[in-house]
Amino acid sequence: MLLSPTLAVLLFALAAPIALLLLYSLWTQNGLQLDTSPTLAQYAAVVTREGYRVLFLRSVAISSVVTVVTVGLAYPIAYFVAFRVKRAKFTWLLLFTIPFWTSYLLRVFAWKVILGFNGVINSGLMSLGLISRPLEFLLYNPTAVVVTLAHAYAAFAILPIYVSLEKIDRSLLEAAADLGDGPFRRFLRVTLPLSLPGIIGAAVLIFVPTTGDYVTPTLVGGSDGVMIANLIQVQFGRVNNWPLGAALAISSMAAVGIIAVSVIQAARLAVARIR
Amino acid sequence: MNTAIRQSRGLSLYAFAYLAFLYVPVLLLPLFSFNDSVFIAFPLRGFTTKWYAAMAADAEMHAALWNTLKVGAVASLFSTILGLLAAKALTQTAPLRGRSLILSFANLSLFIPEIVIGIALLILITTVGVPLSLTSVIIGHVLICLPFAILVLMSRFEGFDASLEEASRDLGESAWMTFWRVTFPLVLPGIVASLLLTFIVSFDDFMIAFFLCGTDTTLPVYIFGELRFPYKLPNVLALGATILVASAALIALAEWVRRLGAEGPARDRVIGA
Repeated sequence: MLLSPTLAVLLFALAAPIALLLLYSLWTQNGLQLDTSPTLAQYAAVVTREGYRVLFLRSVAISSVVTVVTVGLAYPIAYFVAFRVKRAKFTWLLLFTIPFWTSYLLRVFAWKVILGFNGVINSGLMSLGLISRPLEFLLYNPTAVVVTLAHAYAAFAILPIYVSLEKIDRSLLEAAADLGDGPFRRFLRVTLPLSLPGIIGAAVLIFVPTTGDYVTPTLVGGSDGVMIANLIQVQFGRVNNWPLGAALAISSMAAVGIIAVSVIQAARLAVARIR
Repeated sequence: MNTAIRQSRGLSLYAFAYLAFLYVPVLLLPLFSFNDSVFIAFPLRGFTTKWYAAMAADAEMHAALWNTLKVGAVASLFSTILGLLAAKALTQTAPLRGRSLILSFANLSLFIPEIVIGIALLILITTVGVPLSLTSVIIGHVLICLPFAILVLMSRFEGFDASLEEASRDLGESAWMTFWRVTFPLVLPGIVASLLLTFIVSFDDFMIAFFLCGTDTTLPVYIFGELRFPYKLPNVLALGATILVASAALIALAEWVRRLGAEGPARDRVIGA
């Protein structure tokens, strides 16, 4: 009974819009008219047009790299706070997560300013006399997107991994050491598998939203860094083809869901084998 | 033993390097906001507060700021109330049927790219036939704020001693008065933390407001528009620096409040009150 208002809002603001999005993806835009006879034509376009396929693959590739880089960089930090920090753990966690709470848009903007042609890095290196011309490879490419997103999603990686590391029963580690495992084997056979739920949680929390990120590719991606969200946005803006935009959104959500689930299953199997 | 110490030192060094990676980009905004040049580049040209003066005189920005504050206040209030009800229901001692299903439904919006939420709500609102306004932004923000509110409030309810409520009911208080005099004071730190966090989530959101705000620009949408004009960037820097300081302070406050009393037993404070 207490739940009914919350459920009502979720039905109205989440389930209903997604259902409508699905419905729209089965329609067709004829100029300014919307043809509501159901068809899979939009999905056929999504699958067959090469330009779309390229953007899909690029988005998935960029997000995969972002996920691996972000989790890889953040794991030692979570480990550090969970096992090395003895006092004021909370302050350390806060220190690592405060930037996450400051405006996402401004953090992306900061990277644009840093990596730009006349930006902080280039002007800094030039005034130090280390380079004579601005480096052009810094901004407007997929690498800039990866760096910016790895910075933006750091907290999504640190927090879940920290929680799963903190839950590990320390006597298991002692047992492994007593039974003759060195620090490395102990980490590989005890700590790492037990922290897997955190790693998976972090990976999903990063992979899913970054595939659909719009701000970062728009501000730092340039033409080689255009991602699927840019294509979706254009359908709802300039191009004004909502059914196609809806089909693109649904397909990318489905693709991301399938990839996420299969990677999780693969990770579980791999760990079962290590043990 | 020596290797252990060396490893530990290596890890600390790494932690400091990582902190630099997190903070240096963000701190460049305040640094250059006081730099006397339209170009955001080294070397620094001298100290000025003129970008802040320009910001203070920008009426369009003030309107956007006011819109954002209104949306944030309403969205944080609604999502916290909804989160409070949900958290209470989800942490009851008698386990609720379908608990994890409901929880995943509430958290679902975390796993959907914001652009999809934005366009889906855009379609819903145009289908219903209502013009886009700050109200549509508020609906979207309540949705994305809800997981944060539930998370914060559930952690508050989990340490909650249900026998306190039972005692109040046994002593003859009505359900409403029990909530008001026992439950509410106990979860108050959680409520304040949830209000602050959801306010920040709403305040920062660009994507949903971008699709739903119509002509009532919010601050992030305004900033995004300004980024196209290089000569306006210093104004954005001043604004950005101000926002950074304000939101960092709010977050520290939210965490501090949330932790208030979280260490000590909650029981003492009720009896002492």
